[in-house]
Amino acid sequence: MAMVSADNRPLRLAARYAVLLLVATIFVFPLLFMVMSSFKPTQQMLADTASLRAFLPVGDLSLDNYRDAFARAPVALFVFNSVLVTGLTVLLSLAICSLAAFSFVYMNWRGRGLLLSIVLATLIIPFETIAIPLLLIVSKLPWVGLDGLQIGWLNSYRVQIIPWIADGLTIFLFVQYFKDLPGELIEAARAEGATWGQIYRRVVMPLSGPVLATAAILKFLIMYNQYLWPLIVVQQESYRPVMVGLGYFFQLNVAWGEVMAYLTLITVPVLAFYLVLQRAFIASIASTGVKG
Amino acid sequence: MTRHLLTTGAALALMAGTAAAQTELSMWYHGAGNEAESAVLNAIVDDFNASQEAWKVVIESFPQNSYNDSVVAAALAGNLPDIIDVDGPVMPNWAWSGYLQPLELDESALDGFLPSTIGRWDGEVYSVGLWEAAVAMVTRRSTLQKYDIRVPSLDEPWSRDELDAALTAIKESGDFEYPLDVGMAWTGEWYPYAFSPFLQSFGGDIVDRSTYQSAEGALNGDAAIAFGEWWQSLFDRELTPGTSQDPADRDSGLIEGKYAIQWNGNWAATGIIDAFGDDVLFLPAPDLGEGPVIGAGSWQFGVSATSDDPDGANAFIAFMLQDEYLRAFSDAIGLIPSTASAAEGSKYYSEGGQMAVFYDLSAEQSLVRPVTPGYVVMAKVFEKALADIANGADVADTLDAAVDEIDSDIEANSGYGHDG
Repeated sequence: MAMVSADNRPLRLAARYAVLLLVATIFVFPLLFMVMSSFKPTQQMLADTASLRAFLPVGDLSLDNYRDAFARAPVALFVFNSVLVTGLTVLLSLAICSLAAFSFVYMNWRGRGLLLSIVLATLIIPFETIAIPLLLIVSKLPWVGLDGLQIGWLNSYRVQIIPWIADGLTIFLFVQYFKDLPGELIEAARAEGATWGQIYRRVVMPLSGPVLATAAILKFLIMYNQYLWPLIVVQQESYRPVMVGLGYFFQLNVAWGEVMAYLTLITVPVLAFYLVLQRAFIASIASTGVKG
Repeated sequence: MTRHLLTTGAALALMAGTAAAQTELSMWYHGAGNEAESAVLNAIVDDFNASQEAWKVVIESFPQNSYNDSVVAAALAGNLPDIIDVDGPVMPNWAWSGYLQPLELDESALDGFLPSTIGRWDGEVYSVGLWEAAVAMVTRRSTLQKYDIRVPSLDEPWSRDELDAALTAIKESGDFEYPLDVGMAWTGEWYPYAFSPFLQSFGGDIVDRSTYQSAEGALNGDAAIAFGEWWQSLFDRELTPGTSQDPADRDSGLIEGKYAIQWNGNWAATGIIDAFGDDVLFLPAPDLGEGPVIGAGSWQFGVSATSDDPDGANAFIAFMLQDEYLRAFSDAIGLIPSTASAAEGSKYYSEGGQMAVFYDLSAEQSLVRPVTPGYVVMAKVFEKALADIANGADVADTLDAAVDEIDSDIEANSGYGHDG
């Protein structure tokens, strides 16, 4: 039996790699197509779609699409806006949602079970159903800034950030993770006289790297891909994010090469963010799998 | 040197004073990313701002595909600008919804404008367009000659039988992937704009225009069913690509030789002229039974209902209506000037110009889409019905369902303000 297993090992390994390669190919080829196409004239790009040339750096390659994309739209501004809004929202969300989850899991207070149920129930409400009521609310909210008191949050960064800081999914992720941390740690810290704030900062958060990475990546993707909300609350180009900016390239006759160049440019921050956090993200997924 | 600095400082202060004295007028425009169009509009705004000291127009541009949603959201939030541009068929809805106010232009200001460039609702003028658009059958003279197909004219367009015979002959040659491209890849407003004229040429319509209270009979009567069967046959016989058409093929398929004839607008004409030169033909719509029809009504300018300075907004719109600006848009993008006087002397539409036929088409064959606030819903229902029929749905059932949906919407909105 052992001999059979040993004989099969190379075959099984090859099969496993073949499957992994196939899956990787399926995921990588669209990105490869996007990047390669961004260097080709539109006519050549369209002609290449009929063959494997679409995925290869062949033909008349240039940076013209990138130059034209920058001429057509303020690409750098859109990327800056999205990165700023996304980055601040992710940071604030991690802080607020982890605090909420900490309270739900470790602190005893009346009604926490009911409130947690209500928070989780928000997961089933599509954003589209609350978009208009939320628009009406933010359009009348006061704000005190450098210019004094203003009424209405439209056309600002805050209107793209604040409504998205707290959400049921992120709180749920933290709650599940905190529940699986050893309770003895918290009890020991309490016995030593640590305050809740100290336990949160010095015990729980240092152990929460994987869930922080997971929540950050999920939140990053949600925020970076925002379309409907900024579309209805931002009417000034200076606050417009990348996804709304994509519309600049869809005139009746679409310049597909420029579209690919723009998509390549706006994908860079997403890839960079994922690469930075991928080790913790994979650790989080792996630990979830072990528990499951 | 000191005196020079003082003089410069005084001049700057004067300029700043002038700028400060100008009341700012905000204007929203749908053309973000369209460099040629934006350049013309910016030049007009600069001219206006320099021509007087009372107002200063400031443009905010939006991507076209999300412009209407942005305006509706802003209206809900009470955040509309002073001047809005609006797609012609959408104007009645925005006027009825209270987003727009009637224009206060001198009557003579609109003399000579193509009727379809003037947005009227409930007896008032709410918007005016600096250009018009038109659709034509685009092909090459050499293609028609090769298959011995008659070149139609405005006076004698193709009949339905002639069109069918031409498409069949080209199809049987096997020289093209499809003999005709109607543009199924261009979803959205293109469907009612480009395809409802076929229905109207059969004798049907999207809604009964005598009352605007029902689509019964217009969209599911005998003429409409005949249209639906003809429409479906185009796809069944593989005479035109269906809903799965690659958008890239829509853009370049005619030039690349995949399609022999294309149903396309004047906005695409300059690229086709560049590719085909003198061989290009822009042909009138076919007469499918009740006369040839093409769609009408392009983007227009209006004043928002919440504008703090409607006098300034109207002054700007009146300023825009000069022939030189109509001609500037036309020369830059190939749009049809709204007046004959602007067309004369324009790059493409002066007598004998390569695209002059579009002006004639617009003047003689165009029919505006239903002038009703309910059009925005009708357009989506019509689009879905035509896509379903193209994909093989039962014609009569599909049109009946579309009529029910349109009638329900009209009823739910208490008739949309029509008297009928």
